[in-house]
Amino acid sequence: MLLGRTANGLYWMNRYIERAENMARLVDAGLRMALTRTQNASEEWNSVLLSAGSDVAFTQKYQDYTAANVSDFLLRDTSNPSSTMSAIETARNNARMVRTALTRETWESINEAWMSLKRMLAKPIDERDLPTVLDAIKRETALIRGSFYGTMLRNEIFDFSQLGTYVERADNTARILDVKYYVLLPSISWVGSTLDNYQWESILRSVSAHRSYRWVYDADYKPTNIADYLILNVRMPRSLTFCYRFLAEHLKFLGDDYGERHACHATAEKTQAMLRAGSIKDIFDAGLHEFLANFIRDNTRLGDEIAQDYRFY
Amino acid sequence: MAAFDEMLPEVSGLRRPYSAYDRWLKEQDPARLTEKMQDAERVFRKTGITFAVYGEQEASERLIPFDIVPRIISGNEWRRLTQGIEQRVQALNAFLDDIYHRQEILRAGRVPRELVAKNEAFLPEMIGVRPPAGVYTHIIGVDIVRISENEFYVLEDNARTPSGVSYMLENRETMMQLFPELFQQIKVRPVENYPQLLRQSLAAVRPQSTKGAPTIAVLTPGSYNSAYFEHAFLADQMGVQLVEGQDLRVVDGHVAMRTTEGYKQIDVLYRRVDDSFLDPLTFRPDSALGVPGIMDVYRAGNITIANAPGTGIADDKAIYSYMPEIVEFYTGRKAILGNIPTWRCSEPDSLKYVLEHINELVIKEVHGSGGYGMLVGPAATKKECQDFAKKLAAKPSNYIAQPTLALSTCPILTEKGLSPRHVDLRPYVLVSDRIQIVPGGLTRVALKEGSLVVNSSQGGGTKDTWVLDD
Amino acid sequence: MRLKITHRTEYRYDAPVQYLLQRLRLLPVSGHTQTVQSWGLNIDGAREEVRFTDHFGNDTRLLSVEGEPHAITIEASGDVLTRDTTGVSGPHHGFAPLWLFAQETPLTAAGEGIRELAGSAGKGTDIERLHRLMGTIGERVAYKPGATTVMTPAEEALALKTGVCQDHSHIFAAAARAMGFPARYVSGYLMMDAAVEQAASHAWAEAHVQGLGWVAFDAANGISPDERYVRVATGRDYRDASPISGILLGQADEKLAVTVTVEQ
Repeated sequence: MLLGRTANGLYWMNRYIERAENMARLVDAGLRMALTRTQNASEEWNSVLLSAGSDVAFTQKYQDYTAANVSDFLLRDTSNPSSTMSAIETARNNARMVRTALTRETWESINEAWMSLKRMLAKPIDERDLPTVLDAIKRETALIRGSFYGTMLRNEIFDFSQLGTYVERADNTARILDVKYYVLLPSISWVGSTLDNYQWESILRSVSAHRSYRWVYDADYKPTNIADYLILNVRMPRSLTFCYRFLAEHLKFLGDDYGERHACHATAEKTQAMLRAGSIKDIFDAGLHEFLANFIRDNTRLGDEIAQDYRFY
Repeated sequence: MAAFDEMLPEVSGLRRPYSAYDRWLKEQDPARLTEKMQDAERVFRKTGITFAVYGEQEASERLIPFDIVPRIISGNEWRRLTQGIEQRVQALNAFLDDIYHRQEILRAGRVPRELVAKNEAFLPEMIGVRPPAGVYTHIIGVDIVRISENEFYVLEDNARTPSGVSYMLENRETMMQLFPELFQQIKVRPVENYPQLLRQSLAAVRPQSTKGAPTIAVLTPGSYNSAYFEHAFLADQMGVQLVEGQDLRVVDGHVAMRTTEGYKQIDVLYRRVDDSFLDPLTFRPDSALGVPGIMDVYRAGNITIANAPGTGIADDKAIYSYMPEIVEFYTGRKAILGNIPTWRCSEPDSLKYVLEHINELVIKEVHGSGGYGMLVGPAATKKECQDFAKKLAAKPSNYIAQPTLALSTCPILTEKGLSPRHVDLRPYVLVSDRIQIVPGGLTRVALKEGSLVVNSSQGGGTKDTWVLDD
Repeated sequence: MRLKITHRTEYRYDAPVQYLLQRLRLLPVSGHTQTVQSWGLNIDGAREEVRFTDHFGNDTRLLSVEGEPHAITIEASGDVLTRDTTGVSGPHHGFAPLWLFAQETPLTAAGEGIRELAGSAGKGTDIERLHRLMGTIGERVAYKPGATTVMTPAEEALALKTGVCQDHSHIFAAAARAMGFPARYVSGYLMMDAAVEQAASHAWAEAHVQGLGWVAFDAANGISPDERYVRVATGRDYRDASPISGILLGQADEKLAVTVTVEQ
């Protein structure tokens, strides 16, 4: 038996852990672009903010799209609810609330991540230290994930946690693609131009897939392959298909456990079926942007339905 | 006035209960002990055993400092203590039953009526309620101080929602992690089964109408409460749900919690929410921490609330001064454990005495807790005494005064080795169809040399408390 | 006298109710002044959760509503045989101690006005003084609905010089307490001579007089209750004895309609 509020806390705890890490990944990709493509740096930082969904809030506070401003805003600004610091703080508050549902190892890894990031992000980050800080963020979240996978019982607590992780991750990957979808469109892509190579690499870096891409497609960056990898590849842990495979699986566990199916089951299965049946060509033919916009909308709806169906409030 | 040291009294030398520990201690490398002390702090911080301090700016989560030298009580001493505690706890429950029914003790004039009538802790809504097994206060923390080899006094009865038991358990856990060999050498009575005893105790007072195994839950005000760690800890250790007011609702005549599969009935609620916040339909209408209608369900006999609402009337500091009379009235015997002599400032003669001796006394607010709003005369400046005297004279009935007793000391480990500090003891008592006292309790220690204030909110620390199996 | 009573309360909401609890004290009990011959509660649109006897001996029910529908009707009705006891409703019983009724409550806290009023009761026997008090309240506080609410304290209603029966009762209880009498608030029904249909349920107050027990005073009408009165609930003030009190979560706006008929 699980309280609705606890399920809610688990779900958001994991969404925010995922988000804390995603912010670091986005800044990492932005930093790489800025280092290699100095003349368009501000444009790149702008698209990083767009991917983070934080562009409007940023412009209310800052004028210039600089590495210092953007990384400060996305990593340590507590007035930005999605910054790594805010996210880890929210994750910890949720973990505190659901503490009785967590193993000691999981709780401690979250608590320690919060303590160490709080210390590390207390002062503005020197640009020279930025790579170290980004590594530390990824390491802390990896430790949380490790404790979590290594010690948690595979029951409803695990299921609700995973739902949070994959809803957030799917949203994040879809947004990254949507912000840059135009560089993937065949009509305006100049094959082999260095510009796009960088853009494409940046997309892959944002989801930490620039190396694994080469293992899978063993060739140059090609927009259709990149889109295929991030949308349809079943094995790529940040692809939409991968996320939905697990969303559907964990929802099925819950449905079987409780002996009851809800609206969220139908929504997740519909999206999963759509991803399974689709080819990247179909998606491009129907419009990549439209596809992603619909996906983001349905994914948000799935989150709402999960909250409703399992009495989060 | 030299205090009695429980390990090394000046007169007689090392006391017996400490002999085995002392032998072990002498074999230890001081550097290793210092290291262990740091280990302990790391353990506490990592596990998030913190408490919030009210009135501090930075959303403060602080550790209660832990000292690695145990406070040791012999089996004999403990047996004497428990007899006194049991008697007192019986009297507390008998008093509560009486106060919410015939009020014989008031009719008999043994306790002045005004003390109850003018007391906010008296809840008219409890009149006529007789909870299962006649138990009103199920979980009690009795604060005890020691003055000499044979003198123990009760400082305070905590009959509402006493806290700190998680520290008792974590202190033991930490000690066993740091010094496993000590526990092989010395037979210390276990405290770790407290959560199981608590659970059994709560189950035993389930409503009569409960069918099958009762569902128990712990009600917390939420994760921002200063004792949240403890609430979560106890729920976890008992294997029951930790609920907040927002999870609960009256459903089918019971209080029920919202789960992912719908509402599920609760039979026994161990609540750590204060009376006035418990039911917005009955008490403070602005409370978001409680459950509207829970008092109705309670009066209908469909839930057990532990501790019962309105138990504060028994541990109020003004009532406290009548405890010897109360114990005698209900048990027919003299109180085994004495009270500290107390001046009730509501009485003109006492007030006069207190005002004249303000720099020698400890003065407490009748309804205060946690060491807030108190004056320790000998430690206070002249100005502090004068200011307090004004407050006291303006509302005398709000205060009681006690002599500054030379609380016993127990050594703590400092950078310069062992050094005595004042301590008190809070054993935890569970009442259901029987009374159980876990051997040990929470030893609170004033970390500042010479200080008598042991409250964690005022810079006190804790120690593991050993009751020897001898 | 045999009185036939129907008390119908209807709540309408402009939106589904998220969650609502209603505590009902609508069940008269037999005693010194009355025998309840038959009584029933008819509830539509809400669920009865629990029934219990409260700390003042009132037979109480708790109802809950969740979601649909947008209307609740609570109808209490039955026959009560009443006796004229010249206002005396008998000795105190129950665990609630008399001293509790001697204490003021937020609604009956005595300020300057109440204390002056208590002082104006003058000298004489207890009964004489209390009757004088009742008369003075009737003269000073005009019956006028709308000027006060159920939250208006006695002191304020006295200063306003207007109020309804619950204000008269609060003022009487507050002043009687200031004079040293335990006093309580009574809610119930009154058969008005002129009409079957009453504006609302009624309220009056009682003071505890040594040797007599509780004695009732209806300051709004200037008389001690007789056989036209049916008592339903008692307490220290309106908050303790109100026929219906509740708590509503959500945005729904509430509209209330009450009809009371009392006939022989």
